[in-house]
Amino acid sequence: MSALTTQPPARPAPSAGAALLAARRRRSRITYNILGLIVFCLSAFPVYWMLNTAFKPAKDAIDPNPHFFPFPLSLENFRRALNISDFWGPVERSLIVSAATVLIGAVVGLLAALAISRFAFRGRKIVIVGILTVQMVPLVAMIIPVFLLLNQIHQIDKLSGLVLTYLTFILPFTVWTLRGFLVNIPKELEEAAMVDGCSRAGAFIRVVLPLLAPGLVATSIYGFIQAWNEFLYALLVMSQEHQTATVWLSSFTTQHGTEYAPMMAGSTMMGIPIVLLFLLVQRKMAAGLTAGAVKG
Amino acid sequence: MSAAETTTTEVPPPRHSSPPSDGGTPRRPPRGRRAGRWAAPWLLLAPCLLVLVLVLGYPLVRLATLSFQDYKKPQLWGFKPATWVGFDNYKAVLTDNEFWSVVVRTVIFAGGSVLLTMVAGMLVALLLQRVSSWVKTLVNIALVASWAMPVVVAVTVFKWMFDTDYGVVNWVLSKLPGVNYDGHNWFASGPEGLTVIMLLVVWGAIPFVAITLSAGLTQVPKELEEAARLDGAGAFGTFRYVTFPIIKPLVVMMTTLSVIWDMGVFPQVWLMRGGHPEPEFQLLTTYSYEKAFGVNDYAAGAAIALITVVLLMGVVAVYMRQMLKIGEVE
Repeated sequence: MSALTTQPPARPAPSAGAALLAARRRRSRITYNILGLIVFCLSAFPVYWMLNTAFKPAKDAIDPNPHFFPFPLSLENFRRALNISDFWGPVERSLIVSAATVLIGAVVGLLAALAISRFAFRGRKIVIVGILTVQMVPLVAMIIPVFLLLNQIHQIDKLSGLVLTYLTFILPFTVWTLRGFLVNIPKELEEAAMVDGCSRAGAFIRVVLPLLAPGLVATSIYGFIQAWNEFLYALLVMSQEHQTATVWLSSFTTQHGTEYAPMMAGSTMMGIPIVLLFLLVQRKMAAGLTAGAVKG
Repeated sequence: MSAAETTTTEVPPPRHSSPPSDGGTPRRPPRGRRAGRWAAPWLLLAPCLLVLVLVLGYPLVRLATLSFQDYKKPQLWGFKPATWVGFDNYKAVLTDNEFWSVVVRTVIFAGGSVLLTMVAGMLVALLLQRVSSWVKTLVNIALVASWAMPVVVAVTVFKWMFDTDYGVVNWVLSKLPGVNYDGHNWFASGPEGLTVIMLLVVWGAIPFVAITLSAGLTQVPKELEEAARLDGAGAFGTFRYVTFPIIKPLVVMMTTLSVIWDMGVFPQVWLMRGGHPEPEFQLLTTYSYEKAFGVNDYAAGAAIALITVVLLMGVVAVYMRQMLKIGEVE
């Protein structure tokens, strides 16, 4: 880990072979870095183009020669986007629905994942097949019957109805992904804790949970984004005045023609907070992870 | 825990599948070690199963029954009872030439998307291991940013980038020698338009695959790779025989998920075509939606949706066996 243990041997007498190896390694590192930068550009360009269009004056957006930098900087598009229709209401509703879905999904999903990954019991295989099968069902295919069901239990145009619907795709995914993370945590660690006097629950909380935390966070974040991004059911279940953020954004397209510049401003307001939040947690996730603990 | 306990009485059927030696305890699981051992997993599973049965199981059954009924507007409004028509809906759908061209189009679209996503995602993940840390940070930021982009936003941005008159893509392509894409309409033809949509889908799907695989790659012990290299394995050999087998469960899982997601592509096509996809843009999902909500033939829509599900089962059944194998190894 420390520089002391890894560096010294190479220092004293750098043989010709070692020098050659180092040079070759440096050269391939440069090639890889260039490839990496190309990937960066390709991946980031649509996001950059969104920001660029959002921050430049609307008339620059429809210049036949594209302006690659937003000079002069303008916030006019944002003002226009906020004025077209209520923005904060939809955002609030999206936040509530996504948070509730992920919270319920993580708790319920973790319990189920524990059951199928840590217990040997009759019917376990059937449950695994069942959850897998359920995950295969494209939600688009279920629009009609789900609509009929929500209507029956009076959940149309209610956030709780939307949460219930979202759980159908968050839950199987959560269970299956957490199961994958759990399988990677050796049972021996848990058993060692139990030998040392922990109860089964104690071993889970003290040993498994800390190791699982990054996976749990990753899964939850992914679930949150899925819920936040969902469009079709939000369009179907919620009425015009209770629409969520995605539907709010898509309603831009139905204005007279498509006003791309304000639309990009709206996209920016909707997408960027999520991206920032995500980046924040991503760093936390990269820090620990199970690698060291498992090997030791 | 408390939620699990309150729902125990609602899951009696699975209990019968427990070993007979545990019998004679129908209502309350005794505190005994043995009984607790088989009851615990079901207690943990109960809330999850309950939700899935209610919001997924029941609608799935309803979808199936709907596809055998005559169900149009009058039935929806309750003016007329739904009547049983047997296989009439399926007969109509399966003998329709348009349906089969939609099936072929969907399979090509989804297959291409999955292949591109997995290959590119894997290459990016491997690349991330080999670049300097500042490049890695940059790429990670870009990946996460594009991953977090809502589909609706992504569709909008791509529509803007591929715009006929002011699209930056046409402008860039026209800069290439001998190429003139000025005023090119990408959505004039189905295959070209669907290629753009495929690009959009792949662009949005790569981050998840790349980041997850990259996290998986960090769990591959360095010693194993070094040992293989010392034994004379090349870069490809090391990947093929050391790295890949370790992350294979992840790869299989993500391929499966990609198949499901790419067969279920809907908002991309629907929004890209302004809510009215042309016939040559129809995929199974939009086709089913069109039949149900465009023509108000809900039963036909349900039949198509169910066929999609069945088709998907065939695609995924292959992986299912592998998944179960992973499950047994644990």
